Amino acid sequence: MLKLFKIGIRNLLRYKRRTLLTSSLIAVGVMFVLVFAATSGSFKYIMIGQITDSMLGHLQVHKRGYVASIDSLPLTLNLSAKQEEKVEKTIKEITEIEAFSPRIKFGGMFSNFMETTNIRVNGVYPDKDIATVPLLPSRIKQGEKTIKKGKILIPELLANGLKVKVGDTVVVIATNRDGSVNGKQFVVGGIIESVTGPGGRDGYMHIVDAMEVLRMEEMEISEVAVRLKDFGKLNAVNDKMDKLLSKELNKQGKPIFDVRTWERLSPFYNVARMIDIMTFFIKIMLIAIVLISIMNVMIMAVFERVREIGTIAALGTIPEKILSLFLIEGFSLGISGAAAGNILAIIIVFVMNVVKITFNFGRQTGMVLSPSLKVDDMIFISAIAIIASVIAALQPALKASRMEPVEALRHV
Amino acid sequence: MSLVSAENLTKIYNVGEIEIEALKSVSFNVQSASFVSFVGPSGSGKTTLLNLIGCLDKPTSGSLKVADVDTSALTRKEAAVFRGKNLGFIFQDFNLIPVLSVYENVEYPLLIVHNSPAEERKKRITSLLETVGMTDQRDKYPDQISGGQKQRVAIARALVTNPRLVLADEPTANLDSKTALMVIDIMRKMKEEFGVTFIFSTHDQRVVNEVEAVYTLQDGILVEDAVREGGTNA
Repeated sequence: MLKLFKIGIRNLLRYKRRTLLTSSLIAVGVMFVLVFAATSGSFKYIMIGQITDSMLGHLQVHKRGYVASIDSLPLTLNLSAKQEEKVEKTIKEITEIEAFSPRIKFGGMFSNFMETTNIRVNGVYPDKDIATVPLLPSRIKQGEKTIKKGKILIPELLANGLKVKVGDTVVVIATNRDGSVNGKQFVVGGIIESVTGPGGRDGYMHIVDAMEVLRMEEMEISEVAVRLKDFGKLNAVNDKMDKLLSKELNKQGKPIFDVRTWERLSPFYNVARMIDIMTFFIKIMLIAIVLISIMNVMIMAVFERVREIGTIAALGTIPEKILSLFLIEGFSLGISGAAAGNILAIIIVFVMNVVKITFNFGRQTGMVLSPSLKVDDMIFISAIAIIASVIAALQPALKASRMEPVEALRHV
Repeated sequence: MSLVSAENLTKIYNVGEIEIEALKSVSFNVQSASFVSFVGPSGSGKTTLLNLIGCLDKPTSGSLKVADVDTSALTRKEAAVFRGKNLGFIFQDFNLIPVLSVYENVEYPLLIVHNSPAEERKKRITSLLETVGMTDQRDKYPDQISGGQKQRVAIARALVTNPRLVLADEPTANLDSKTALMVIDIMRKMKEEFGVTFIFSTHDQRVVNEVEAVYTLQDGILVEDAVREGGTNA
């Protein structure tokens, strides 16, 4: 077999320019796909990281029906203290969970005593929420990087619109669960940067203050955000948690809790899926490029070497070995192109990381793209290129192996 | 003992709707360790006959036995294996593999067809290259040597597997007189040294003068045989 490889490689080197061009085409294709996968993957993970680490968490638990009405933040669909206790107990049983944060979410009016507008607020335990969404402090552009009782973090759009500064006194008014209205004065503790996605423009206050505004005698939780130790175990933990919590039924015999990953809470998931679909189609394009170029080269190779095929057949080379010889040529073209493509991709990704390309998404600006090549991707894409090369060489190789020696020797 | 035995061998080619009878009921025997030539003008059926004996093509009718094997019954793969074990070929245009060196060209049948051990290969190739006078050219490639040298390499390649029969189609056609005589001389020595049977198709009188038996073909019919020693027409 090694000898066949030697002959195959020498045959390729016989037509250096053609081999170089074909290998280059495969290399460019492999390089393009790898760089695209690295870049789009980086963009995707930055965005997912932004969404999960700055507001959503990796997964969330709500009362069933809450997510369907999430735009109105219905207080009637909050989890009772007993139900929240059950969720906490379940969370503590799951070792893969790093942190969790119970939240009270509500909509209300925000006033600086001169102007009034609407606001959505998250009432949180600061330490728990920061542990669950660690990018939260980095979103606080002005003021203290925490949430203290009696203080409110307001979204920057609101601050700009109402010209509110850190230290100003403001009022938050909200309709309570029983329909009455209550208000409470707050000092603006900080201005928080908006991010793309649900909850990206919410204000923050301490959970005790939220209870006070909503006149809650007993804590009722809108959602519990959860952070995992390993994001890769998202679906496994989601299933585990869902299984444990689905045992809790309401009076109608239906599950009380609704466990959802970030994917089912953020519209960015569709963007992430689009990126995956685009990557898939780019891989298809790569296969097409490899198939056409290799097939073209191998058809030419067979056509040009008809007499040679006749000679080796006459010398006693069995058809399977003739087939192997041409498949090896296709394989070698594929492997050299894939190797060169991988090297080029490594260089380009390295340069991109040195140059530090920044991009904006929605209101988020200056995000640094940090593409990284995954070994899995490199192996998979190289395998695609090599397998496509062998498949492309198959038809010409079969043609060569099926040639009648007498006709091949007669060929001029 | 007959190495090649043909009886009423007929080969018809179909070119479109036209049938061309290249060989018409040809019968002959070739003994082992003989030096035989088929002669005749172009189109007389010499190459067709050599192709049939070499299992490169199949007869339309008639019987052909080479080394006691009915070669017309062999499948494509069996024919390849049979050729590799029993036959050697020398072509008019030498047909060396351009990407292999002189040594590697001679090595090819042992390596790819026979899978012979390295030590055995080396010994055999070195000996043959010495016999054909190509030892000092062993690392050169076909495009770096002359026509006569190429044919000497082709002879070594044909003999490297110890075949029982070597088929040479116009082996001297592309060589000058001096080189042609040298090539014929090498082949005769090989025949004497290894007991190999050589069958030529040629219209080169220099070859004809050297062989033991001459079979003359005309329009696909065996019209004449001149047996000197070793060959008999059936």
